[in-house]
Amino acid sequence: MIPGEFTYHRPSSVAEAVAILVSHGDEARPLSGGHSLIPMMKLRMAAPEHLVDLGGIADLKGVAEDGDTITVGAMTTQSDLIASELLAAKLPIVRETSELIADPQIRYLGTLGGNVANGDPGNDMPALMQCLNADYVLTGPDGDRRVPARDFYEAAYFTALAPEEILTSIRIPVPPSGHGYAYEKLKRKVGDYATAAAAVVLTMSGGAVSTCSVALTNVADTPLFAKEAGEILTGSSLDSDTIKRAVAAAEAITEPASDGRGPAEYRTKMAGVMLERALARAAERAQG
Amino acid sequence: MSDIEQVPVSLTVNGKKVQRFVEPRTLLIHFLREDLNLTGPHIGCETSHCGACTVEMNGMSVKTCTVFAVQANGAELTTIEGMANPDGTLSALQEGFRQMHGLQCGFCTPGMIMRAHTLLKENPNPTEDEIRMGISGNLCRCTGYQNIVKAIQYAAAKLNGTDIQEAAE
Repeated sequence: MIPGEFTYHRPSSVAEAVAILVSHGDEARPLSGGHSLIPMMKLRMAAPEHLVDLGGIADLKGVAEDGDTITVGAMTTQSDLIASELLAAKLPIVRETSELIADPQIRYLGTLGGNVANGDPGNDMPALMQCLNADYVLTGPDGDRRVPARDFYEAAYFTALAPEEILTSIRIPVPPSGHGYAYEKLKRKVGDYATAAAAVVLTMSGGAVSTCSVALTNVADTPLFAKEAGEILTGSSLDSDTIKRAVAAAEAITEPASDGRGPAEYRTKMAGVMLERALARAAERAQG
Repeated sequence: MSDIEQVPVSLTVNGKKVQRFVEPRTLLIHFLREDLNLTGPHIGCETSHCGACTVEMNGMSVKTCTVFAVQANGAELTTIEGMANPDGTLSALQEGFRQMHGLQCGFCTPGMIMRAHTLLKENPNPTEDEIRMGISGNLCRCTGYQNIVKAIQYAAAKLNGTDIQEAAE
């Protein structure tokens, strides 16, 4: 399995990378960790004539806190995310999710930016970013624009990213300290995409849910922000009737494919089961 | 012949500097095996699942079937060929795989040892669970993993100077 021919570019700045994309239009593709794009190139499902390796741009790596936002550079790898003490303290769900992605070798190279930008519905980070209400910073010839993760995904592999733009960073609002969180992923084996997965972040006060955000992975063409499920749970004491209604609301928005991971009906039900488990674990972790 | 220009790549492999011209689409595994004649890293699945092509690159374990040689420009690589001690004796991990019967057909072994090498550098005293999760990107179709885990425990104990207790099954 040998990819098609391409011209290799290794820019040292975002501006230089954008200029290369502008001059080659949709014949060029940015290369991040490469663990989605290179397999696609080997299968000749992708055949970019120009490959723009972002690996030489130092500014695209790192995790930084700025007030109540944590900014993660697009080229920050899953293994960097797992190692980040800042994320462990402020956004522990990022580590929990990263550890469920692929395998150790792939996590050394696979990046957050690549995971959220390529639009594969099997990727775990897009639903997590929707759950956390993150913004993506897209840099193009006219500068930066921000698109909320909840508005970014249009269909499988179709996103709001234009061919001459690069997703350069991810801005995540920090949830209140003491929040509860969980990412529950059902998969057949290490390295597999989710049969279904659910991300939950909630805050509690006096035994009742103050805020609750829910998103689902790999049960539609895009990640799903389950707005109604979150609204049903907000204000409740997470009693079984409310959970049942929220799970039904989440299941109702799924449209999974029937594939090797199971028939569509099964995957919808598993999305519900993952949500129930994530809620239970998030509630256990929440203070207040 | 391709009309795409070949590009220079220079890197350090097993302590030796090498420089070659490659087509940009050359995968690192093909570069190692065909240009450098290092056939220890194996081509198994070619889809980044099996881990047989694993080497250490800049302190990370990577699957070289899913990296272009040009991406490794300037990198430091260690392959199984660079694992023996300088005097030619087996390293602790190689000895562990031999003593604990950590291989049967041997196809996965170069990738397993290279992954375990990086794992033990990062975590010199791993629990059994940490070893199992640490090698979860490497498939073995012979051993059932039991003796691979023991081989890595053997190496960890030897490197830490502690007693090696359990016998191979």
